[in-house]
Amino acid sequence: MMSTNKEYLQIEREKEWRAQLRKKIANKDRTAKTRTQMPELDPFVRIRYQDREVNTGLSAQQAVAEASRCLDCVNPTCIEGCPVSINIPKFIKYIEQGEFLEAAKTLKETSALPAVCGRVCPQEKQCEATCFYTQKLKKDPVAIGHLERFAADYERESGSMSVPEVAAPNGIKVAAIGSGPASLSFAGDMIKLGYDVTVFEALHEIGGVLKYGIPEFRLPNKIVDVELDNLEQMGVKFVRNFIVGKTASFDDLKEEGFQAFFVASGAGLPRFMNIPGENYNGILSSNEYLTRVNLMNAASDEFDTPIIKGKSVAVIGGGNTAMDSVRTAKRLGAERAMIVYRRSRHEMPARVEEVHHAEEEGIEFLNLTNPVEYFADQKGKVNRMRVQRMELGEPDASGRRSPVVIEGSEYDIPVDLVVVAVGVSPNPLIPSEVKDLKVTRWGTIVVNEETMQCSIPELFAGGDIVRGGATVILAMGDGRKAAANMDEYLKSK
Amino acid sequence: MRLNLRVTLKKSLAVKKDKFYRCILFVLGYFWRSNYKTKRMNQIVEKVLFSEKVAKFVVDAPRIARSRKPGHFVILRVDEKGERIPLTIADADSVKGTITLVVQKMGVSSAKLFELNAGDQILDLVGPLGKATHIHKPGTILACGGGVGVAPMLPIVEAFKKAGNRVISIIAARNKDLIILEDDIRKWSDEVIVMTDDGSYGTKGLVTAGAEMVIQRETVNECIAIGPAVMMKFTSLLTKKYNIPTQASLNAIMVDGTGMCGACRVSVGGRTMFTCIDGPEFDAHQIDFDELIMRLGGYSDEEKMASERYV
Repeated sequence: MMSTNKEYLQIEREKEWRAQLRKKIANKDRTAKTRTQMPELDPFVRIRYQDREVNTGLSAQQAVAEASRCLDCVNPTCIEGCPVSINIPKFIKYIEQGEFLEAAKTLKETSALPAVCGRVCPQEKQCEATCFYTQKLKKDPVAIGHLERFAADYERESGSMSVPEVAAPNGIKVAAIGSGPASLSFAGDMIKLGYDVTVFEALHEIGGVLKYGIPEFRLPNKIVDVELDNLEQMGVKFVRNFIVGKTASFDDLKEEGFQAFFVASGAGLPRFMNIPGENYNGILSSNEYLTRVNLMNAASDEFDTPIIKGKSVAVIGGGNTAMDSVRTAKRLGAERAMIVYRRSRHEMPARVEEVHHAEEEGIEFLNLTNPVEYFADQKGKVNRMRVQRMELGEPDASGRRSPVVIEGSEYDIPVDLVVVAVGVSPNPLIPSEVKDLKVTRWGTIVVNEETMQCSIPELFAGGDIVRGGATVILAMGDGRKAAANMDEYLKSK
Repeated sequence: MRLNLRVTLKKSLAVKKDKFYRCILFVLGYFWRSNYKTKRMNQIVEKVLFSEKVAKFVVDAPRIARSRKPGHFVILRVDEKGERIPLTIADADSVKGTITLVVQKMGVSSAKLFELNAGDQILDLVGPLGKATHIHKPGTILACGGGVGVAPMLPIVEAFKKAGNRVISIIAARNKDLIILEDDIRKWSDEVIVMTDDGSYGTKGLVTAGAEMVIQRETVNECIAIGPAVMMKFTSLLTKKYNIPTQASLNAIMVDGTGMCGACRVSVGGRTMFTCIDGPEFDAHQIDFDELIMRLGGYSDEEKMASERYV
C-alpha cells in the first residue's frame, strides 16, 4: 500500500515546506512544551444532557501549539501504531503550518472516518503509544487524536469538504455487508480504486455501532452523517433494511452482478451471565439499552420506543460499552449509577479517558464485585441484586489477574435497572446462511490474517465478526486490508 | 452597438434554447421517474378492515415476497419517530411482489400503522426474519390459532396441507367480529372448527375445548399453536397431557430482530434463547410461558404513558 511505503513517507517528508517548518523551531524548544489538554464540558452540566459532547475540541491556536510539539521524526514510529496507517507527521505539520484543510485531506487519504477516529480511537494504545515522546523521551505524547479530531472538525465546519479523488469506474460490483466502521473503511478504499460499491445494512440507519452503540455525548450522530455523506458523494451506494442471506441470498446477489463480498456484520449477539433471575424485566443487554437510546431516541417523549429510566442502575462490566451505558443512565436521571466489575480498575478494558470521565460524573465503581442473583417484585420487575466480593488471583490466559470469589461475602443492592455489558458474540446470521463457510467454535469467521479472505474465495471478512469484539479502528484497519486484497483477487481473476 | 446587440440577442436565444431543452429533459425525466416509481418502496397496496381493531395490509415488498417462507416475520417502522415492530407474515405473492400483514390495534405503534391506508408508504420494512417453520409430513396436524394469531398460522397451514398432511384447524376469538381469515384457512384445511368465548359464532368455548375434542376423537401427530401467550400456554399444557409434539410461534418484544439486542429472550428447556434468531417457533412443551407472559409486560408502564400521550 502506498501510504505505508517508507519511500513515499520519505519523499513527503523531504518536501521543501516540511524541511522549512522543521527549522522554524529548535527541537529542544518543541520538546519543552507541555501537552495541550482537551477542553471538556463541566461534569455537573454535561450529566444533564444526553446529546452534549463531553470533549469540546481544541481551538485553532491550541491545535497549532500542540502540532508544534511534533518533531517530524525521520522514522515516524507513530504511523506503525495506526491500524489504517495515517500519514501522521504530514497532517500534523499541515496543522502547524495553519493549513487545516490540507491536514484534513491528508487524513482522508487513508481514513474513511477521521472525525470519528479522532473521538473514539484508543490513541493511548496506538499511535500515541508509539510516539517518540512516549518511547524515547518518557513524556506525554503528541495529542495525535485531539489533532485528528481538530482537523476533521475544522474541515466540516468550514463548509468546504474535500471529496477524495476517485479512480475512473471499472464497473465491477462489490458488496459490503453491514455498515459499521469496517465496511465504511472498506467502501472508502474500494470506491477510490474505481469499484462499484454497495453497502447493505440490516437496520434502518447506516453506521452500525457508530449509530446504535456509541452515545451522542461521545460521538454525535451528525458527525457520522457527514462522513457518510462524504462516502456517498464519492459514489458509495447505501441500502438500508436489507439482510444479506435473508432478504436476498448470496447467490441472488451474484446473479445481480456482485463479484465479491466483504462481510462485516459485527459482534451483534449480546452475552448474558446465565445467573438466576436474569430474565426479569428491567435487566437488559447494553446493546438493547444503547440501541433504544441512541438509534431509537427512546429517551425523548416524542419518539415511540419506550425506555426504562432507572433511579438505581447497575451496569455489569468494565469495558467501553459498560462506561457508555452507565453514563447514559446517569444522564437519563439515575440517582445511583454503578459499575459492577469483577476485577479491579487496573484490569478494566475501558479507555482510561472514559473511566476518568465516568468518575467525574459521579459514577460509583463497585470493583471486585460480581452479581450472582437477581430478585423481582410481583410483576417481575427487578428490584434487588445479590453480589459477591472478589479478590485477584493468578494471571489467566489473557494475562490479567483472574478474579476469585471471597466466600460468604454476598450482600444485596437495591436496583431498578440492570444493564449487562459483559461482551458480545459474533452475529450468527451470515455464518448460518452460507454453507461451507469456515467458522471458529466461537462463531467468528475464519480468515487468512494476511488477506482477510474467507474459506470461500469471493468472501472477505473483517471487524468484530472476525475479531469477536474489538475497536472501531481495528475494524477499519481490517476494512482497508480486505479492500487491498480483494482488489488483488479481482484483478487476478 | 448594433453588433453588440445582435451578439447579446444570439446569446440570449442560445440560453433560451438551452433552457428549453433542459425543460424537456426535466419533464421527460419526471415521467420516466414517476413511471419507474409508480410502486414506491413498501407501499400499501390494499387495506382490508376485518373489524374495528383488526386490519389486513397488503404491502409492496418484492424481495421479501420472493424470499419468505412460512413462519418468517418482518420488522417495520411506520415513521421517523416510530418503534420497530415485529409482525409475522400472513401471506405473500411472489409474482405481484407483495406480502400480507395482519395488524391488531393495541399500543401507539400498531395504532399508527392502523391509520395508514392504501397508497401510503411504510417507512422501513425489513425481512424475512427468523427461522422458517419445519414443514414435513407427520400425518394429521392440529393447527390452533387464537385472535390475530390466525394470520401467521395461514401460511403454515397451507404448507402442511401442500405437504400432504390432514389438517384440522381451530380458529378462536373472543367473539364473532374477531374471527379472521376463515375462508382462507378453510381453503387449506380438511376441517375447520370455529370457537368463540361468548358463543356469538361457531362453538362456545376456548380453543382448548375444541382441541381436546379433536384429540379425543382421532389421532393427532403434531400440533401448532399461534395466538396470545396465555392461549398458547394452555394449548401446550393440553397437548403435553396427550404427548403430542407442539410448536408455538412467539411474539416477543424486539428491537432489531437480528439477534443484536436480546429483548426477545425466552427460556426454552431451561436455556435462554432469542426469539428473533432461534425462533420465533419453539417446542411449546419446553417454553417457560409464565416468564414469557411476564416479559411481554416489560414495558407496560412506559407504554401506558405513551398511549396517554398519543390520545
